[in-house]
Amino acid sequence: MLRDDIVEYSLHAHHSEEEGKAVRKKIRFVTILLSLITIVEVGVGIMLPKAEQSEAAWMAIKYGYIILTIIKAAYIILVFMHLGDENRNLRRMILWPYILFILYLLFIVITEAVAVNTAWSTFH
Amino acid sequence: MAGAASTEIDSATAWGGGWNSPFKVSYGKLMMWFFLVSDGLTFGGLLTALGFAKFANPETAGSWPMGEEVFTHIPFTHMPAPLIYVAFMTFVLIVSSVTMVLAVEAGHRMDKKNVIKWLMWTVVGGLIFLISQVWEWSTFIAGPDGDIMTWADNATLLHSPYGGVYEMVGEGHHQHTVIHSFGPTLYANFFFFITGFHGFHVFTGVLFNCLVLRNVVRGVYHKRGHYEMVEKVGLYWHFVDLVWVFVFTFFYLV
Repeated sequence: MLRDDIVEYSLHAHHSEEEGKAVRKKIRFVTILLSLITIVEVGVGIMLPKAEQSEAAWMAIKYGYIILTIIKAAYIILVFMHLGDENRNLRRMILWPYILFILYLLFIVITEAVAVNTAWSTFH
Repeated sequence: MAGAASTEIDSATAWGGGWNSPFKVSYGKLMMWFFLVSDGLTFGGLLTALGFAKFANPETAGSWPMGEEVFTHIPFTHMPAPLIYVAFMTFVLIVSSVTMVLAVEAGHRMDKKNVIKWLMWTVVGGLIFLISQVWEWSTFIAGPDGDIMTWADNATLLHSPYGGVYEMVGEGHHQHTVIHSFGPTLYANFFFFITGFHGFHVFTGVLFNCLVLRNVVRGVYHKRGHYEMVEKVGLYWHFVDLVWVFVFTFFYLV
């Protein structure tokens, strides 16, 4: 049964030939960017292996990897998954609870891990 | 006794919340996002647990494999090639994510031919990734070409030679590793669990893509007037790629 009281959101995504061209251009840009980031990550991994790095240099490389990963993730979520173009309410509802929960989990678990490590080293 | 409480209101007005969704998306897409958030929390929890295992135990941390040395093999060769094959797998998954987003874009123009083309390439990419992972796992299980080995003495599962005592014997093609003792198994446990869980997601993703591809070919979505189902499985497929971005970082790089 066709109901005229329901808004058919599925149809809102339709776009024209010209709009499609712009979308494909954006997709091409993100593809190149993601590939470049991956090449940089792999290049650093091969050229600067952990075993040959000083403690400080490795910390810098490690956080570099994590920042690059988050940039990649952001482009996948916002462009490939279209979340950047969705309604603002939807975007916030998806992203903020997730980000806050994971940051809290990371904080509490890493803190606990360091405490366990200390206790282990002290009493073992 | 005529008051507000006794006035009859039809349920659509009382509970409908108006006719517009506050999120401006269809029910199916919203539910896919809810599922992906919960699945994302699962993977986030698993990777956080990996971090806990790495930082908590001083003995484990000392023998934790270096990311780039975890897998150092490429097919048909015996030269050590750190990261190369895993980088290939990563690239395949990124490209299949791109072909998926192109299929979704073609769907927005009701371009059935291109939806079929790009969706087929997405399935191909997913299959290449799955085969690569099978080969990687079988290499780990069969012998020491990376930092995980499972089947050295035909009896013990999930031992990592890393941190144990071992030596390389022989030259060139006949070179092999003789193991004297094993290192901690914790890394291997996490490795197989998390990459396995991700691989299972890739497997189901390929399955969903095939089912949707069949419907596209049969013209189901064209008759429906929109290709939103392609978009929904697309969301799932991008999520699989997204998880791999993190798995790649935390197993093979950091």
